[in-house]
Parts: sequence; C-alpha cells; structure tokens
Amino acid sequence: MAIKRRSFLKLTGLALLGTAAGAAVENLLTRGEIKAQEYTYPPEALIGKRWAMVIDVKKCRKARNTCGAKCIEVCHSIHNVPSIPDKKKEIKWIWEDSFEHAFPEQADEHLKEIFKDVPFLLLCNQCDNPPCVRVCPTRATFKSKDGIVMMDFHRCIGCRFCMAACPFGARSFNWFDPRPYISKVNPEYPTRMKGVVEKCMFCYERLAQGKIPACVEACPEKALIFGDLEDPNSEVNKILKERVAIRRKAELGTRPSVFYLID
Amino acid sequence: MYNAGKVIFFIIVLILFFTIPMWLNFGRLEAIPQPELPKEEKKCVESKDYMKAYHMKLLDNWRKRAIRENQHMYIASDGEKYTISLQRTCMKCHTEKEKFCDRCHNFVITHPDCWDCHIAPEVAKKWQ
Repeated sequence: MAIKRRSFLKLTGLALLGTAAGAAVENLLTRGEIKAQEYTYPPEALIGKRWAMVIDVKKCRKARNTCGAKCIEVCHSIHNVPSIPDKKKEIKWIWEDSFEHAFPEQADEHLKEIFKDVPFLLLCNQCDNPPCVRVCPTRATFKSKDGIVMMDFHRCIGCRFCMAACPFGARSFNWFDPRPYISKVNPEYPTRMKGVVEKCMFCYERLAQGKIPACVEACPEKALIFGDLEDPNSEVNKILKERVAIRRKAELGTRPSVFYLID
Repeated sequence: MYNAGKVIFFIIVLILFFTIPMWLNFGRLEAIPQPELPKEEKKCVESKDYMKAYHMKLLDNWRKRAIRENQHMYIASDGEKYTISLQRTCMKCHTEKEKFCDRCHNFVITHPDCWDCHIAPEVAKKWQ
C-alpha cells in the first residue's frame, strides 16, 4: 500500500517533534554537569595598556663598578638564558653597549665624548609599531594587549625574518640546543630549543604574578623604572615629563617603549 | 564452495596470524601502560576521564590563553582556580615525567616535544 501524502506529512512532523523533544530532555538532564571552561586574569596580575621602561644612564655610570650588572645577571638566570662564548651565536635578552653603538645615528662628537664611559643597557624595545611582528609568518611573535611584543616559542619556526626586521638587534637565534650552556637552571621557567628565536618579553610571567620585571627589581640604584605609558599618573610618565629622554632610532617610526634619560 | 575444508582452515590461520599481537599479550596486564598517579593529591584540574581523553587539548588551550591572551588563570568545571603553567602547576603533583607522561606516550609511540623546552622535574633536580 502506498503511503498517503497526508499521513506522510503527519509522520514527518511527529519525527521532527520527537527529535526536538529528545534533545530538550537530554539538555535538561545534563544541565549543570557540563560547564564551559573559563579563563581569567590572576587577581594579583599587573595589568597595563602599554608597558614601558625608563633607564637612567647616569645612575648606571655611577654604580656600574659596584653593582656588577645585576640586571643582566638576574634576567639571564631566571629566564634560563645560556652563556655562549661564541659572539656570533650568543643569546642575550639584556646587555650593555657603548653610546655610539646604541645610538649610531647620533653623530654629534660632543655627545659621544659625554657618554664615553656610560654603559647603555639594551633590551627589546617593545615597540608600539613592531616591525618583527609584521614579518612573522606564523604569528609566533605578536603584540599583546598590554603592549609587550611577545614570543610564542611553540609557534616559532626559526625563519629569522624577525631578526632581519628588528633594527635593534634585540633578537637571538638558537643555533643549537642551548641547554649545555646553562649552568644553573630555574626550574620554574622553560629553556628554548634549537631553531627558535628569543628575546626579552618584559617579564610577562612575572607581571602575571604581580611582580615588576626582574631587572627593574634587581637594580640596587633604581636606575630602571617600569610603568604604564598609557596611564598619565604612572611613574614613567611623570619622569618623562620632567626629564630629557631619548629613544633608540626613533626616526624609524617603530615607537620604542624603552627610554634613556640623558640629562 | 570448492575445497571448503582447506579454504576455511586457511582463513582461520590467516586471522590467527594477523591477530598475533593480541594473542601474545592476552591477559598480560603489564602490556597496558600504568602511569603513576600522585599519591598525595587525589584531584586533577578536571575529572580523570576528561584528562585521559583531552589533556592535550586542555594544555594547548592553556598555552593559547596564557601566552596569547594574558589569561594566566584557569577556572575548572568545579569552580576551582589554577595557575596556568606546565612546570609550576602540572608537574608540582606529577613529579616524575618518566613515570607519568612517558609511560603512555611511549606505549602509543607519540613523542610530543614539550620537554625540548619545558624542564621535567627530574631533569631540573639533576641539573642543580
């Protein structure tokens, strides 16, 4: 017997209703059991819109003989940065250099003379317009919401475009497994592996724990000042309003977030 | 069927041959990987079944949220909050990677490269 159009429609309607009712009952039964997984900011986290650092180079000059470059030592030891003797393959997150290397475009002879014996602390400038981020093909390096130019080592494929793009030489490449060159390890922080690029990330992991970057904390002279550039009441903004600060290669338009007080 | 006896006999032989691994390990409990669970801690961030099936997805989401979104805290389905960190959270309870991670991973021949960068607790101990 062929099915009549009328009864076919009835059956279809019933089947639809039945399916919907079944799903609804199942939903009711499992309600409360399945919750969406959630993520949040730790309550103690320091949250900023554009983290920045001000470096008082005169204080660095005054204390350099006694402080033993604690900032560099602390940074490199807590982040498991290897000490590789070969200059061509070394890894550095924060380091010292002379004025004429840090500011090669400042051709003024007098300035060179004034800053002759001043150690300039160099690190990733956490640019507001970072060229390294533009060229990264895997988005392993990206700009986070708080203005830090981050590295997601999991995604880095080691193409080194970012190193070519960075005008400050702030990035280092792991030519080999760095572990043999780390004498004392911090078990709370990972190392890197062969074939990834690394650099300073303004201690994002410490900011999440409510701590300021390690180099700022370690400096006995308080020559490094850390704060939010977008917050008009922050310490960095107060200092920048009062004193003369320069940035490395500002003419390139990368808008660095690391300032050097020179007055 | 022609030669039914022979054909069926060889079919059975073939089936037995291809199921050799099953017969060799039949009833042997040690063939099933036994990851060592922490003795003091009874509760993981999510249920045991969930962790068994989805730990890799969870870890991947943890990475994305912590590094890319700055959200360093995970709220589990029971409302408990955890700091997102492989070395500072997971491995504080699972103190031996070789007796936990490796047991299953070796069994199923997967070699995730977590430990190329992250430092396993036993490696950290030897390093100091």
